[in-house]
Amino acid sequence: MQAYTRKLMNRPQWLLREGMLASASRYPDKIALVIEGQPYRYGELQDAAMRLAGRLREEGVRPGDRVAIYMDNTWPCIVSIYAVLLAGGVFFVVNPQTKMEKLRYVLEDSGARALLTDWHLAGNFIPAVEGLDALRFLVVSGEPRESVETGNRLVLAFATVLAESDPLSEPVNVVPTDLAALIYTSGSTGDPKGVMQTHQSMVFAAWSLIEYLRLSASDRILLVLPLAFDYGLYQLLMAMKLGATLIVERSFTFPARIYERMRQEEVTVFPAVPTIFSMLVSGHRKQALTFPSVRRVTNTAAALPEALLADLKEIFPNALIYKMYGLTECKRVSYLEPELIDEKPDSVGKAIPGTEVFLLKENGELAGPGEEGILHVRGPHVMLGYWRKPELSEKMLKPGRLPGERVLCTHDLFRMDEEGFLYFVSRTDDIIKTRGEKVSPVEVENTIMQMEAVKEVAVIGVADETLGSALHAFVVPESETGSLDKRVRKHCAERLENFMVPQKVHVVTQLPRSANGKIDKKRIIEEEWWHDEI
Amino acid sequence: MTTEEKIKSFILENFLFTDDESAIGNEESLLDRGVIDSTGVMEVILFLEEEFGVQVQDDEIIPENLDSISNIKRFVESKVGA
Repeated sequence: MQAYTRKLMNRPQWLLREGMLASASRYPDKIALVIEGQPYRYGELQDAAMRLAGRLREEGVRPGDRVAIYMDNTWPCIVSIYAVLLAGGVFFVVNPQTKMEKLRYVLEDSGARALLTDWHLAGNFIPAVEGLDALRFLVVSGEPRESVETGNRLVLAFATVLAESDPLSEPVNVVPTDLAALIYTSGSTGDPKGVMQTHQSMVFAAWSLIEYLRLSASDRILLVLPLAFDYGLYQLLMAMKLGATLIVERSFTFPARIYERMRQEEVTVFPAVPTIFSMLVSGHRKQALTFPSVRRVTNTAAALPEALLADLKEIFPNALIYKMYGLTECKRVSYLEPELIDEKPDSVGKAIPGTEVFLLKENGELAGPGEEGILHVRGPHVMLGYWRKPELSEKMLKPGRLPGERVLCTHDLFRMDEEGFLYFVSRTDDIIKTRGEKVSPVEVENTIMQMEAVKEVAVIGVADETLGSALHAFVVPESETGSLDKRVRKHCAERLENFMVPQKVHVVTQLPRSANGKIDKKRIIEEEWWHDEI
Repeated sequence: MTTEEKIKSFILENFLFTDDESAIGNEESLLDRGVIDSTGVMEVILFLEEEFGVQVQDDEIIPENLDSISNIKRFVESKVGA
């Protein structure tokens, strides 16, 4: 055991990296990760991360510096996450589907000092980093194999860095109240916001989830969700803390490949979102699927449709099924004990261990049983705020009962029954949930409004069996309309992640307006405005 | 149009929203390029079933069959030939 690991064993509060370090000293030869079939041991992960951390430090990364990781679910991505933490930095993972303009936005917003990425994304990251002075260097996996200097910026080759750099002698000192990560999330204002999470809050949340999911070191957890999504990221954090094994795939794009891997690797934990469950069930209805090794199935991001439950019990005959609810601003709010899934079919359960929730009515009083109120959350998992967005932070974090305490106001409307079980009623913002992702209609509308041919636009969510909600854009053209629907989708596809590109674009002569002159989205749906297409 | 051309024009039109043939190479990974994802692959399969009258089994939905225009072409030809 390394001296620095021995020292941390008796500490009451750990840093986020220390779960991995402790597992690496306890089980250095155990398989930590199986990435697209390739196994990696805990010892290897620690060694690689310490080497990359050594180089980050040498190139000037200091405690509190933000480092962007723009990669798929790969070995370099996971090494990078821990390397940034070991160097005392603050990591944030950017979804590899992110296009140039938005990548540039988050690099600029975060003031990232370095970008760790993969060569196949060069088409986006090369133009994105141009002229960003705060960004000092890049580490790129894949090509080029040798480190080069372009402009006056160093581009290091990931493989060379791992082979040649000296590891850190010991992890760079930070404290549990320091930032560990930013997690970018869509907001109703349009621009993505970086949720600030400290070591303390992330270590706490990982512990709380492990506790109620009843996980152990013998678990084999599947990761098909992106590491840029907190739900994906926590699978890694939990697995590494437990000394368990994480089975990593890039995505759920090729289900047959995932099924084969799940059988080979005897996966015990299957975390997914409703769109994945829906694809799984439709496959099962064609040709029966069963995964007897799976002991835990978890759903969050959007409600699990009741119609899928019976099939899921057939597909996972030995699993406990967890329905959960949360938001990035506190990682997770609630979960339903899996034994109650038939008894409380509409509930998302109770607050996660070590936290508290309450509902406030419009007049600020506590809502009684059965009454509707806005859900508020207390506990160590609540974010510190949004990175450099104090006004938006104030909207979400309200003064608590104790001096200096901040309580998270979710802005979601809930009901609670006599026994304290929570029931989701509605959102009070206009965020659309599609494929388990949060989409801000304003962000899509702003993107479409950049087009000269567009005079007005409204983006709404239309119920869809597989996607949850499908994105529909209603566009009023400036003048000529020639293939405008296609041009709108192309414009979006070049600028937004795939899930934000409208499935359907309706070109219409006008949009309904409310009394105060705002576009009335409710009427678009109620009056079936798509029949007005040009 | 050849099989390959049909596949390419479907991908260009529905995922890249263009008719510029240089927008994607026949050997390029659709996943790497961020062209398709889990719902996109289902659209490709529907297209293959309608256009070429083939039946795609769940266990055939793998990158070797569907991750590039050339792979899709080879896959369709093996199905049609069989």
